[in-house]
Amino acid sequence: MLRAARTFALLTLVLLASVSASPSYAARAAAGRTGLKTFRIIFFRQKYHFNPETLPSLLESHPANLGLAGAEEATYELNTAGKFIGWDFKLDVITVPDGGNFLAAAQKLLAHGPRIIIADLKANDLLTLSDLPAAKHAVILDMRTIDDSLRQQDCRANTFHLLPNQAMLTDALAQYLVLKRWTHWFIIQGPTPQDAVYAADIRRSAKRYGAHIAADKVYNYNPGSRRSDTGYQQIQTQMPLATEVDADYDVIFVADETDLFGDYLPYNTFAARPIVGTQGLVATAWSPAYQEYAALQMQQRFDLFAHRRMTELDYGGWLAVRIVGNAVMRAGITTPVPMRKYLRSKDFLVQSYKGQGLNFRRWDQQLRQPVLLMTPLMTVSISPQHGFLHPGYTTDTLGFDKPETKCHLQ
Amino acid sequence: MSSAMTRRGAALLLAAAVCLGVFAAQARATELFVTNEIDDTVTVLNGQTYKVIATIPTDQRPRGIVETPDHKYVLVCDGDSSNIDVIDTKTLKVVRRIDTGPDPETLAMSPSGDKIYVSNENNALVTVVNFATGKWITQVPVGIEPEGLAVTRHGHTVVVVSETTSMAHFIDTKTWKVVANVLVDTRPRIAEFTPDQHWLWVSSEVGGTVSVINPRTHKIVHIIYFHIPGVDREYIGPVGVRFTTDGRLAFVALGRANRVAVINAKTYKVEKYILVGQRPWQMMFSPHRRRLFVVNGLTNDVTIIDVSSLQPVRSVPVGRLPWGIAVVP
Repeated sequence: MLRAARTFALLTLVLLASVSASPSYAARAAAGRTGLKTFRIIFFRQKYHFNPETLPSLLESHPANLGLAGAEEATYELNTAGKFIGWDFKLDVITVPDGGNFLAAAQKLLAHGPRIIIADLKANDLLTLSDLPAAKHAVILDMRTIDDSLRQQDCRANTFHLLPNQAMLTDALAQYLVLKRWTHWFIIQGPTPQDAVYAADIRRSAKRYGAHIAADKVYNYNPGSRRSDTGYQQIQTQMPLATEVDADYDVIFVADETDLFGDYLPYNTFAARPIVGTQGLVATAWSPAYQEYAALQMQQRFDLFAHRRMTELDYGGWLAVRIVGNAVMRAGITTPVPMRKYLRSKDFLVQSYKGQGLNFRRWDQQLRQPVLLMTPLMTVSISPQHGFLHPGYTTDTLGFDKPETKCHLQ
Repeated sequence: MSSAMTRRGAALLLAAAVCLGVFAAQARATELFVTNEIDDTVTVLNGQTYKVIATIPTDQRPRGIVETPDHKYVLVCDGDSSNIDVIDTKTLKVVRRIDTGPDPETLAMSPSGDKIYVSNENNALVTVVNFATGKWITQVPVGIEPEGLAVTRHGHTVVVVSETTSMAHFIDTKTWKVVANVLVDTRPRIAEFTPDQHWLWVSSEVGGTVSVINPRTHKIVHIIYFHIPGVDREYIGPVGVRFTTDGRLAFVALGRANRVAVINAKTYKVEKYILVGQRPWQMMFSPHRRRLFVVNGLTNDVTIIDVSSLQPVRSVPVGRLPWGIAVVP
């Protein structure tokens, strides 16, 4: 998902980010590690073509080490603990280049038996990896995707998902909107299949929480202004047209997963209404502006390490490595079969900087978690909201709960 | 109260003492010092009337707070300013600033008051500072996000817990070496020795437990769990730990569960949950441990618990996002 990969950074920070984080990491990791047991953490990623011109705002950047930097920071953290109790963690990064042979690389990775793998892969590649016969007894930690399908019909027993999926995100926003009594929504949906999934999730959330869809519309036109000299003039005429509907509503709920037009909506809409969804007020697992529950320390630590701000993908990478480290240091687990059992057990817990420890839903192996509601600069709220109750975990009010899941992993 | 009178012989109070005689004793009551993390102030409350006596401006992000053993000063960690504010308990003014290195979160003093131990949250260090000179004696590398510190009665060992590494680190104060590391449940916040020094209790905020550690063998001998009807498990975040003088009862502040647990420190059984304000973290007793003061971060107040009846008797407002508390007799 493009949205997950965005970072809100100052230009100076963008420049700094070109200085790779790796040397400082290597220097720190190399310092005196004799007499320790080594555990190698596999970080498997496919490089995807990305055109920075498609970022709507000049304040956004797409550093080459998105996601990986979070994993590297977490590896450093593990080693500060590991050195006290005899473990040395190494992060083995395996990168399939853009246009490279993904299948061959995945098969090679599993040539010597099942492994514990952190996967920085999009949905299709993730499924290819998960479905390899050699991966049957592997444990794959999906640190990147937010696709509903991977938690539903395409869930796999060997795969665990760390970031909140789309249905969790729309539920997180919906709870807040219902709490505010902003219950009449105008859905504006972009042209991609992912937008259709997200829009369906908005409708599902409306039904779950008693909101009303006042208007529902697909916006197919690519406004195309992006980095052009006079883009705003086009936008200023297009956005009011796109948002003119004969209905009364409280918010515009936008479904634009690839950032085609969502960021142009604020202050350009036909009616004066707030924007929520994939742009405007967004639901996310992490934001560089988030500082509650000691997240400030995490942000500062990451910035010292990577010389840039921490994004949702970095958080995914950080969580994945911390999960592996917990299993190794707390439970002495170094192989995939006991690892899967441990991740599904009551003993498992990972720190999240969300004020609570997180564990996995057994039915679809999605990490339960509070979801942040953020503007680019501020934390607006954190869902689940007060009053949305659940007999098990209040975080199970977000996304696909056990009675409604299409995934029944054992 | 005579020693207190000489200690705080401010002109006004002396005048009051002369004029009012018996009432003077009340005017020199215990004082509560509460750090307000986002106000950059310390609120000083009268320990009998609980009225605000002073609001002292500090440097940025005051959190950890202790008094010196001679009660002359209160020391406040200013996380975003990399120093300690030294507040004179007579004049209620900041009289000195001590450099601590980056992001001091909290601190403890040696039993004689000659050394300050500071946890540098962002640097995974404990900085040891000579209180008289302000010079650094040493820095000890520990786990990530070090926070709560505990010092043994004779000062031979300092324990620090690291929130992200989830360990209690035992530091020998002769060699300044870490001699033992005990892995506890996730996100330890506070370490506290029992009054007889036989056990070390460590609270784990995210793990939702308290580990009881034998400080001689460095082994966990018991883990205390909390079950509160109607409160989801993920809201139970143990932080502050305090013991009654006789060591019979322990009080544990439970964060977002908005309660203080009362635990039989011998059987480890939770005897009661006392409802307080929102997100209690740090706690401190009155001088004779008749009252327990609980600092509630999200309701901006302090709940006062009567220790004999185990009832909350009242709550008093302080500044915004109150964090730590020191009580000066």
